[in-house]
Amino acid sequence: MFLLPAAVLFFTFVIFPIIQAAYLSLYKWNGLGPLDNFIEFRNFTNLFGDKVFGQTLLHNGLIIVLSITIQLPIALGLALLVGRKLPGRAVFRTIFFLPYIISEAITAVLWSFIFNPRFAASDMIDLVLGFLPFYKPGPWLGDPHKVMLAIFLVLTWKYFGLHMILYIAGLQGIPAEIEEASRIDGANNLQTLWFVTIPMLSRTIFTSVYLSVLGSIQQFDLVWLMTEGGPVNASEVLTTYMYRHGFVSFKLGYGSTVAVVLFVICLVFSLIYQSTFMRQDYAGLAE
Amino acid sequence: MLANLSHPLRKTLTLVLRYIGATIVAMIIIGPLLIAFFGGFKEPGELLNSPFTLPKAWIMDNYHYVLTLGSFWQQLINSAFVMVGTVILSTFSASLASFVFARMHFKGRDTLFNVFMIGLMFPILVAILPLYILMRQLGILNSLIGIILVESAFQLSQMILILRGFFRSIPRELEDATYIDGGTPFTFFWRVLMPLSRPALAANAALAMVFSWNMLFLPLLVLNDEEFYTLPLGTMQFFGQYTANWSRLMAFIVIAMLPAVIFYLLAERHIISGLTGGAVKG
Repeated sequence: MFLLPAAVLFFTFVIFPIIQAAYLSLYKWNGLGPLDNFIEFRNFTNLFGDKVFGQTLLHNGLIIVLSITIQLPIALGLALLVGRKLPGRAVFRTIFFLPYIISEAITAVLWSFIFNPRFAASDMIDLVLGFLPFYKPGPWLGDPHKVMLAIFLVLTWKYFGLHMILYIAGLQGIPAEIEEASRIDGANNLQTLWFVTIPMLSRTIFTSVYLSVLGSIQQFDLVWLMTEGGPVNASEVLTTYMYRHGFVSFKLGYGSTVAVVLFVICLVFSLIYQSTFMRQDYAGLAE
Repeated sequence: MLANLSHPLRKTLTLVLRYIGATIVAMIIIGPLLIAFFGGFKEPGELLNSPFTLPKAWIMDNYHYVLTLGSFWQQLINSAFVMVGTVILSTFSASLASFVFARMHFKGRDTLFNVFMIGLMFPILVAILPLYILMRQLGILNSLIGIILVESAFQLSQMILILRGFFRSIPRELEDATYIDGGTPFTFFWRVLMPLSRPALAANAALAMVFSWNMLFLPLLVLNDEEFYTLPLGTMQFFGQYTANWSRLMAFIVIAMLPAVIFYLLAERHIISGLTGGAVKG
């Protein structure tokens, strides 16, 4: 049976653990000893009662909002900038996409250095942003008010390339004649972009938003390596919260509860989003 | 203002502006990498005080230190082993399964396919706690084989999605011809389908390689012994050890990122077609 290897792998290491997580979430368990402390839904009530958990949801929400309103438009802008008819565009594309393939571990080390307040690199950031009236110089990763912004900057640096690549591919699918026609009808560049190009890109944009939201919910590596969710939970996200409770303090039942919530959020979002905006053929789900 | 200029002049001017814009962005992207590259040649003090300049004197110590570090090479080998294992296992099982989903008819096929697609919606993270327990029970905690198994399993959904689409596009007649010549379904799969699917397989493999090479979370939980550490884990450990010596850290990450960067420059086409294939066609 050709399906066997895939089925064994998939059901053992993907499906079974999810079901197991749902089961564990009803227990209080430290990972050792018998699993006999059944506590019904108390893990869930504790979780929803935890103020820090509420904060983590806010932080994830913030990343999602910033990604959609800032990161994706930047990616689209750059796709338009280097996407078509620019001699040498392949070089720019290669450079812009480069951070995407550099590991999260390396990215975190690199940006920890740049953000480190003792060093001249961060003075440079202060200098550049110093003219903003509301800008407060000083540490980034150590400041509870700035830490999420710092993380978002790094996420943008690392991941905008993926979205740009999607947009470039999408743009290539739009026949130049259609945009030409709109110009002949008297539309200027901006009108053509807004009324012709962007609507024709809508499928790509939906896919890109989808990947961005899922990615924002699932981000762990960069946050954990740069801040461990600190200072004082100021950058705690769902995944670091789960890791902290599940593995650092070995409350496997409680950690599983967070995992189940994470799973349900992803699932509900996926189902609603796909039935609203995407065709039901899973196209573009491949990250 | 632009509108008042003559047409060719305006065109040149926009082009220049586009180059300036693209170059600024390129500098923002490359800047941190250059700081790291030159930083590896500097004294720690010089790196901290003037990160943006070329080194006053090119000091080789840091790069030399990293390149002669036994643990670094061990991690490189471990990462390569996991990556190759993951690519082979996931490509093999995913292409067999995709063949079934694309070419064979049986009851419940589409349901089963949809079950496989659940894997697209969540990352390893969600299942990691029970996975940890499961791996402990199976005795594959703290082993590279265990990591290969789990990483492969989590690559399946995406691979099957891409490969099934590709397999479907291969004409039915080729399959019939194989059977007329006395071939089995496996002959068709192995002699016809796989060679024809090379572009899709390459795109898949390239994505799986990037995924596996950069994976931090799973090895972080599963591996205890330093002799099994993969490169991202080693980077994290080195980061913890040398926070006082940024020059050495910079040298480490520059060398650690080299294999991925070289691979990217060689396989950019495959990586990008893998990422955009599903998104654009649909």
